Amino acid sequence: MWFVVVSLAALSMGLASCARESSAQQQSTAQPAQPSGGAQKQPGAAQSSDAKGWPTPNVVNPMPGTEGIRTISPLPGGEWRLPNGDLANTRYSTLNQLTVENVRNLRVHSTFSTGIPRGHEGGPLIIGSTMYVVTPYPNNLIAIDLTRPGGAIKWVYQPDPSPQAVGVACCDIVNRGASYADGKIIYNLLDAHTVAVNAETGEEVWRTRVGDIHVGETVTMAPLVVKDKVIIGNSGGELGVRGRVTALDVATGKEVWSAYNTGPDADVKIGDGFKAWYPKDQGKDLGARSWPGEQWKLGGSTVWGWISYDPELDLIYYGTGNPGVWNPDLRPGDNKWSSSIIARDPDDGSARWAYQISPHDAWDYDEIMENVLVDMPFDGRMRKLLIHPGRTGFVFVLDRETGELLSATPFQPVNWATGYDLKTGKPNENPEKRTHFGRVVREICPSSTGGKEFIPSAFSPRTGLLYIPAHNTCMDYEAIEANYIAGTPYLGAEVKMYPGPGGFHGELVAWDPVNARPVWSIREKELPVYSGPLVTAGDVVFYGTMDGWFRAVNARNGQVLWQMQTGSGIVSNPVTFLGPDGKQYVAVYSGVGGWMGAVAFPSVSADDPTAALGVVGAMGVIKKHTTPGNMVYVFGL
Amino acid sequence: MCSAFRQAIATLLVVVAAGAAMDVAVIRSHQVKGAARADDPRVLRVPLQSAALAATPETSSDELRVCADPNNMPFSNERGEGFENALAELVAKDLGRTVRYIWWPQRRGFIRNTLAAGKCDVVMGVPATYELAEPTRPYYRSTYVFVTRADRNLRITSFDDPRLKHLSIGIHTIGDDYNNVPPAQMLAFRGLVNNVRGYSIYGDYSKPDPPRDLIDAVARGEVDVAIAWGPLAGYFARREPVPLAVHPLQQDGGPQSPERLGLPMTFDISMAVRPGASELEAALNGVIARRKKEIAALLSRFDVPLVSSRPAREVAASRSKE
Repeated sequence: MWFVVVSLAALSMGLASCARESSAQQQSTAQPAQPSGGAQKQPGAAQSSDAKGWPTPNVVNPMPGTEGIRTISPLPGGEWRLPNGDLANTRYSTLNQLTVENVRNLRVHSTFSTGIPRGHEGGPLIIGSTMYVVTPYPNNLIAIDLTRPGGAIKWVYQPDPSPQAVGVACCDIVNRGASYADGKIIYNLLDAHTVAVNAETGEEVWRTRVGDIHVGETVTMAPLVVKDKVIIGNSGGELGVRGRVTALDVATGKEVWSAYNTGPDADVKIGDGFKAWYPKDQGKDLGARSWPGEQWKLGGSTVWGWISYDPELDLIYYGTGNPGVWNPDLRPGDNKWSSSIIARDPDDGSARWAYQISPHDAWDYDEIMENVLVDMPFDGRMRKLLIHPGRTGFVFVLDRETGELLSATPFQPVNWATGYDLKTGKPNENPEKRTHFGRVVREICPSSTGGKEFIPSAFSPRTGLLYIPAHNTCMDYEAIEANYIAGTPYLGAEVKMYPGPGGFHGELVAWDPVNARPVWSIREKELPVYSGPLVTAGDVVFYGTMDGWFRAVNARNGQVLWQMQTGSGIVSNPVTFLGPDGKQYVAVYSGVGGWMGAVAFPSVSADDPTAALGVVGAMGVIKKHTTPGNMVYVFGL
Repeated sequence: MCSAFRQAIATLLVVVAAGAAMDVAVIRSHQVKGAARADDPRVLRVPLQSAALAATPETSSDELRVCADPNNMPFSNERGEGFENALAELVAKDLGRTVRYIWWPQRRGFIRNTLAAGKCDVVMGVPATYELAEPTRPYYRSTYVFVTRADRNLRITSFDDPRLKHLSIGIHTIGDDYNNVPPAQMLAFRGLVNNVRGYSIYGDYSKPDPPRDLIDAVARGEVDVAIAWGPLAGYFARREPVPLAVHPLQQDGGPQSPERLGLPMTFDISMAVRPGASELEAALNGVIARRKKEIAALLSRFDVPLVSSRPAREVAASRSKE
């Protein structure tokens, strides 16, 4: 991570120059397929709206076929037990009481305040007739009895994590949710502990230390329960933390295995069972040898996003963060296994395959994003797919048995690479966009916040579409400025971020992964989309915006069916469930924050360039739209 | 218990009280076994979060509120042993005030969470060209230095010393892509990467003096040479079990010299106030002028390697350019 300086003036210049420069940028920027109809006739037009002032979608391409699509993990119905609903990260629910026809009658059913006005990422779990909410630090777990009118607190579990973690966490004091298994709610604390709490009584069953906050290690991700194990990844790559995943025993919390993402094969658990598809990812001890000296020891490559699991292949999948600590000029080499996708055996942690998305990252493109697992016809035959919409701005489609790259297509403006060579698995890089200390590089797209962040997308087997919460930002890498850490002065890069070409800053993209093109999209002029969509068997997509709208849209054409303004910006992921009355409800947190959203906090000055790791430049405008919040909203008919 | 936590509980209890009929249990976690807790003597009691969310303390004109790192010698620590602690006392005495500390680790977000948040009036050290706060006139100028074991007699003073190709070199890592100490970049320009070893500037914060590990590494022979910021290197080099030599970088003006590459190795260091606090800034500038000798003596006591300062006028000019 790194910081960014953007004055508001630069931001408005960035916006104003988009239309003017759009033709030039189209030459230099690998654009996703441009909308051809509807509202997008004029370059620079962000988003048109209908008579109610609601946004109208850009419809670009026809719907794909859905024959042969097969989900591979039990799908959520009445309950929501895992962070993204199922093990395959589809965020698809089989519930269909809420439909394209009736969702216009959606209303607030109940509200609840967590009392902590910081970024509310992730989403609640619903087990039986109880809703479980994990708050931002101090990471309380609140059990809400849904059988009582309006919902009532059953109990509050307070884990009392070490306050020192707050000074260590990079990007607000968020938590991204919990998993349920074996009668326990299991989640991570900011101070790098995992706790299991009795779902009935709220009593702590076990607590395990999974990292060391004194060396900068925190945990913000939502753990995934796979069989009898809890899989956890760490955060803190920007402080030199060495990325790893750890498996704990669900019953006892005892560590079963831990595997690093950098270092010799023994540390990475690469053995005889490992077979990478591409020669570039084959060879002994690449996690050490692709770094100078012993730099891999401070090599970042942390795991702060999502874990997926395929119960049929019995493999877990996750993405790794950018190579830590060293500026790119100091770490010649591929720097494995940073910015990679890794498949492992959940029982012993042994690696099965790995694919490095961006060797020798120079842009802070973490690739910790969700991996959506689905079986579907691809190029004429059934394939077991892993779909990864990345920070690099590309949607990657891989064969999840082998790690072969089947396609890589930009879903947002991209110019650091023109595409990927499917034969070698390597990006076709644009050397002019590679950053070097002391060299000015302008208009790098996407910026380091990426074509999307960790916010998970959703996939519907009924439409064959992936619903991607996207950002459109570019950056200038410029002069250097004096900074100061722990009494030591140094010069850091001054980076300016601004909305990319096209006159929009955020976009919900309905993406056809087989034909590698957008089908429709809804654009946000001033803010990124930072809420992970939910898609249902009623063909409704639910998601929120950073200026606080909660929206239901038609999964087939993007038509906005209903929307309501909540109290604060939404950076969370809605869930759906059946209430004790047998009716379908949708729940979402409204509480702006996180890396980009923290700019909305009153304590963060819009002209403090280091605030929120410096995305302030691109995000200063958020203060016009929203203020912090801490609400759980439940909607129903 | 930190006050933020108290606040959070209070908020929850209000929610609970509002629903009087509700049947609520608040479950406190068990004390954790094995994990370091606040009552563990190995752990510094650093009230990190309390300062962030607690109400801003009342300002008193009798006090000089100083934000400082509780564990960052030789600059400052909780026991007041650093030269910035001593300087704060000196300044407060001159202004007829008493020092009150607000502790916060000097890392990313330090200024945002302290000075900019109104928690304090002054921080004792920032680069004179720092843009996140309003620096005073500089009160010292130091440089990056080479630290070696005295018994090795290496006397390295330049990045172009051919022996650097074969020696193991330790540097501090700052983290964040693109952000590292200037020596890291000078080594990269020369292709000196395989023999470079990194020591996190953040270190292990549960131990005293986290950045010290780099200087210790020279003493214990883990690296042949450390390239570190002068004040830190100068202080710890004198406090190792074996004699260490500290050689300031000599600027030679060659084609790959730091100054030709636009990568300064010397920095003017100032105190800083909130932008607009011009009265206090003027008062601090007055102290810096009046107490020049005492400040110099203080820095010398802490073995801070000094280089002669540029005139203040020149600093101001370069600042406006940046």
